[in-house]
Amino acid sequence: MFFPLLVARNALRHKLRTLLTVVGIVVAIVAFGLLRTVVDAWYAGANASSSTRLVTRNAVSLVFPMPTSYAQKIRQVDGVAGVSWANWFGGVYVTERNFFPQFAIDPATYLPMYPEFLLSDDERKAFLTDRAGAIVGRKLAAEYGWKVGDTIPLRGTIFPGTWSFTLRGIYAGAEQSTDESTMFFHWSYLNETVKQRFPRRADQIGVFIVGIRDPARAAEVSAAIDATFRNSLAETLTETEKAFQLGFIAMTETILLAIRAVSFVVIVIIMAVMANTMAMTARERHAEYATLKALGFPGAFIAGLIAAESLAIALAGGLLGIALTIPVAAVFAGAVGTLFPVFIVAEGTMLAQLAAALTVGVVAAIVPAWHASRVPIVEGLRAVA
Amino acid sequence: MGIPLSYVLRNLAARRLTTFLTAGGMALVVYVFATVLMLAAGLRATLVATGQPDNVVVIRRSAQTEVQSGIDRLQAGIVESLPDIATGSRGTRLVSREPVVLINLPKRETGKPSNVTIRGVTEAGIELRPQVRLVEGRMFRPGTAEVVTGRAISGGFRGAGVGETLRFASRDWTVVGVFDAGRTAFDSEIWGDAEQLLQAFRRGAYSSLIFRLADPGRFDAVKREIETDPRLTLEAKREARFYADQSETLAKFISILGTSISVIFSIGAVIGAMITMYASVASRTAEIGTLRALGFSRGSVLAAFLVEALALGLLGGVLGLLAASFMQVITISTTNFQTFAELAFAFTLTPQIVLASLGFSIAMGFVGGFLPAARAARLSIVDALRAA
Repeated sequence: MFFPLLVARNALRHKLRTLLTVVGIVVAIVAFGLLRTVVDAWYAGANASSSTRLVTRNAVSLVFPMPTSYAQKIRQVDGVAGVSWANWFGGVYVTERNFFPQFAIDPATYLPMYPEFLLSDDERKAFLTDRAGAIVGRKLAAEYGWKVGDTIPLRGTIFPGTWSFTLRGIYAGAEQSTDESTMFFHWSYLNETVKQRFPRRADQIGVFIVGIRDPARAAEVSAAIDATFRNSLAETLTETEKAFQLGFIAMTETILLAIRAVSFVVIVIIMAVMANTMAMTARERHAEYATLKALGFPGAFIAGLIAAESLAIALAGGLLGIALTIPVAAVFAGAVGTLFPVFIVAEGTMLAQLAAALTVGVVAAIVPAWHASRVPIVEGLRAVA
Repeated sequence: MGIPLSYVLRNLAARRLTTFLTAGGMALVVYVFATVLMLAAGLRATLVATGQPDNVVVIRRSAQTEVQSGIDRLQAGIVESLPDIATGSRGTRLVSREPVVLINLPKRETGKPSNVTIRGVTEAGIELRPQVRLVEGRMFRPGTAEVVTGRAISGGFRGAGVGETLRFASRDWTVVGVFDAGRTAFDSEIWGDAEQLLQAFRRGAYSSLIFRLADPGRFDAVKREIETDPRLTLEAKREARFYADQSETLAKFISILGTSISVIFSIGAVIGAMITMYASVASRTAEIGTLRALGFSRGSVLAAFLVEALALGLLGGVLGLLAASFMQVITISTTNFQTFAELAFAFTLTPQIVLASLGFSIAMGFVGGFLPAARAARLSIVDALRAA
């Protein structure tokens, strides 16, 4: 009982200093957790992807479309269970600042392939029967205050003109990680209008979504689809939905790398602060440690005393920080709105936070503990803080 | 009467480890703060430098980028017949019809694909961009499947070096040269013959029209003429403005993210400074009493401790800036959200960033030092002297 009591008394001797250090660690641990969650949010699309869905796009790049006739040919490939398609619309809602993804889809084939978008039967029916209808995710509807029945006007950037949609349903995500900030409407509505306005651009598709029966055959089916269109005017590239999403992430990898690096910088900063606290504490107690040594306590005991105090402070800050991360993340997610469709603090993040706090505690204690355990008794007793 | 500055600074030198750790923490915060601002400044500088002041870009109305835009031959012809277009060195009119598309290329090092802008240019198009010069090989021959690549692309992507070939639009394209566009967005592009590319991609429409104004002052009149012509569905922008606009989203994203991170981090560093200064006050209680007994006022004591904290902050700021300035040799390449295409840019240190970083570091020192300095100033002479 003597050792923990001594550590606790020591830690609380300079209440203000300990408090400040703990606050510093809390801030650092929360910042570390938030930054890691931002990185996770980036990967949300890839993590929510299904292993039974493949994405086929034009091999040149996403900017180039494919003809509608490809749907029939893909359906005939062995292993394919279903085919659907989507076009990126890229419309602007009121001003450029309001960015959210919009896709023109074929609802009859698309919705069954995405069972994670939960829609009531009435809303589903209303959407399917209204050609100018649209559905949006719960988060998106909340952000702009849309209700079922509202008209949503979009200004097309890729498909010029003003487009009006009637909101027919608001979908919820089946999982916490499902994207709830996307808008879907009828591809046929888009195509018919395009046919009238710009006949050359009609009957074109951005990406095909291919449902497969057996995820283990994904590579084989992908290769078979691409082989079908080799040497055609629009060669294709088929990959799993996850690889497709990871492709987007890879494009902004540099930014992610920077955020990751910065999340470690905050730990180094707090390490310097904590090391400073421990160095000061140990320096002030030089005479005390010498007294303990004179009483017969070994150097290892004194080193342990410093290490335990450092760890106790770091752990207190760490645990408090982890506890605070969740509410802070919730506030942050509310503030950024639909920028990050999914923003959840992962278990791995909490473990990383704990590990970071422990590392700070250990590293901060190394030099002072080593120094204090080796200082000669006489010199220590003579020392003045 | 004030306490001499040398006394204040010697206090910092006396506790070297503590000073070093505290200033080190602040230096890291300033380093993050400065590099993020440098990144945003570099991005802006690259895109602002891309546009020539008297060039005009014409794209389809409501399209935000060249890739989204489409201009058919009929409309292109109408714009080309405008009387305000300048005449080039060879006596031809300086106007270029350009197809701009994105192609997906694997990066040289990781093999991960990214979108690269490929632009079809004409002779006039090359003359319109005087900042572009060949550094390797030769220019592509019009009417052939030859391309030249920007400096950032030739090194960064597979098949983009001189002598290598790129395969897209069911054709092999030979890279015959590398151009340097003086750290502008063109460094991240591939250029080929406009008509060849249009046919290869089976496009009936150009993406943009670039022309130089004979009289730069006539921009507003020309803009009005293009935008009110009922036959045209186009809009005209100054090239400088057009490219500057493309830096906005990413630059803003980087600065907001970076500044909020720096502010949060600075809390840690400020606490570090506070701990150090409180300890400094506590261990020098007797000294403070002596100073006061010698006749130094409370104000002088407050000032001395504040200056000590400010010097600590400044030291951190200078160290952080020094580290950040080395980042200028690094070039970053990432996808611009707005154009969805690869863009290379460098960290750029501007005088404003230096001032902002030093200001930020001094502010951290001030916030961290104020409370401890106030405590030092409040000590009563007798109690302080007795503490010894």
